[in-house]
Amino acid sequence: MKKTAFNNIHKKFGAKLVDFAGYEMPVQYEGIIAEHKAVRESVGVFDVSHMGEVEVRGKDAFDFVQRITTNDVSKLETGDVQYSAMCLKDGGIVDDLLVYNCGDHYMLVINASNIDKDIKWMQENLSGDVTLKNISDETSLLAVQGKNSLATLQKLTDINLSEIEYYKFVTGNIAGQDAIISHTGYTGEKVCFELYTSSDIKKSEDLWNAIFEAGKEFGIKPAGLGARDTLRLEHAFRLYGNDMDETNNTIEAGLGWITKADKGDFNGKDAVIKAKETQEKKLVGFIVEDRSVARHGQEVFSGDKKIGVVTSGSMSPMLNKNIGLAYIDKGFNKTGTPVEIAVRDKKIKATITKTPFI
Amino acid sequence: MNIPESVKYTKEHEWVKSEGNLCIVGVTDYAQGELGDIIYLDITSDIGSEVKQGDTVGSIEAVKTVSEVFSPVSGKILEINAGINENPSIVNSEPYEGGWIFKIEPSNQDEISNLLDSADYKKLIGV
Repeated sequence: MKKTAFNNIHKKFGAKLVDFAGYEMPVQYEGIIAEHKAVRESVGVFDVSHMGEVEVRGKDAFDFVQRITTNDVSKLETGDVQYSAMCLKDGGIVDDLLVYNCGDHYMLVINASNIDKDIKWMQENLSGDVTLKNISDETSLLAVQGKNSLATLQKLTDINLSEIEYYKFVTGNIAGQDAIISHTGYTGEKVCFELYTSSDIKKSEDLWNAIFEAGKEFGIKPAGLGARDTLRLEHAFRLYGNDMDETNNTIEAGLGWITKADKGDFNGKDAVIKAKETQEKKLVGFIVEDRSVARHGQEVFSGDKKIGVVTSGSMSPMLNKNIGLAYIDKGFNKTGTPVEIAVRDKKIKATITKTPFI
Repeated sequence: MNIPESVKYTKEHEWVKSEGNLCIVGVTDYAQGELGDIIYLDITSDIGSEVKQGDTVGSIEAVKTVSEVFSPVSGKILEINAGINENPSIVNSEPYEGGWIFKIEPSNQDEISNLLDSADYKKLIGV
């Protein structure tokens, strides 16, 4: 199993470690609910170094990224970040990703479980003067999230962090290290940073320790993949592999907003235009009216008719209700529609709900 | 890890405490740690119903996962800990005390004596 540069730190902090996408990752430290609340109420730190980073360079880098992603890269100025997706010709989602415009090149941030697949697929779609470099192994990534993340990190850098707008980034020095400081995150917190740095163990540990020293007054906590999942779900952020995969297109996954059919040609464009017309099913939110949690793979019914399938489900620590996402057939996916979900040997009631949940 | 010697254990990570003519059943400290934050106890067997050893009597929900609750012995279900759903985290904080799950009147004492003792259970979970 691969280890991130923070592996010893996770053990020191008492993490429960699990295999995630081939990496030994912390699923929780103190407990998912406590970590979730730390992020919502103050500040939490996630090691997400398992995420993949790919540099795209060359004269035709723009054309390449524009062609393999669904969002409009021409809108991306240097220092901008864009949420996007990569699609097969039939519209199936290869991965969702962040695109960083670094001026003389792009950086694509992809899901850990898809690194090999994505790079192979990018290579197959390569044309013109473009080179790809997988920098995943040499990159550490910490997500420092929550309202006190700014005050915490501000102690460690001369860069005025409050000037970095949402979905923008700067490169500079933080805690004595070169970093990409990005105002982004997967928690739904407005004040949120992601730091891309060297994966050197000593440097990584120094950075972690500096952040925890700076955040001490705010009760900073380490947070694991468990809390990352409950936090993202409260904001209905999609999780690749759970909420979407190569059998779904971006329209049914509710990612029409990052699918710019008028930007010119791109992979999957025809399929996406067709999907917009048909809308056979749609990924929507639901709130369960039961203490049981609806979980991935459980079937959704209207009366005896199967109308969908749950893709994500969890208790929401902020709502203290059970929430989830499901693909629901046309005709049943409007907000307010009552449905039933088969959970073990019973059917529990749920209502289609607009998202985000909080 | 708290593995008291005063109770018996099952391979499904439950504990059984004999108290006079009844048994109290719960999940072990190891089990609560593996499950993580407990949020709901759903016992589907009715009070007064007869169950056999190994029967599923309900489930225990954590944020991340759900696990079945089995009856470690045959007998009649006498009581279900209603307090858990007021404060589910008590299963995490007091798995052997306030976090007990149900009480059962055993019909076969041999089943109890055949359960694991604390040394066996420690061996099972590798502590």
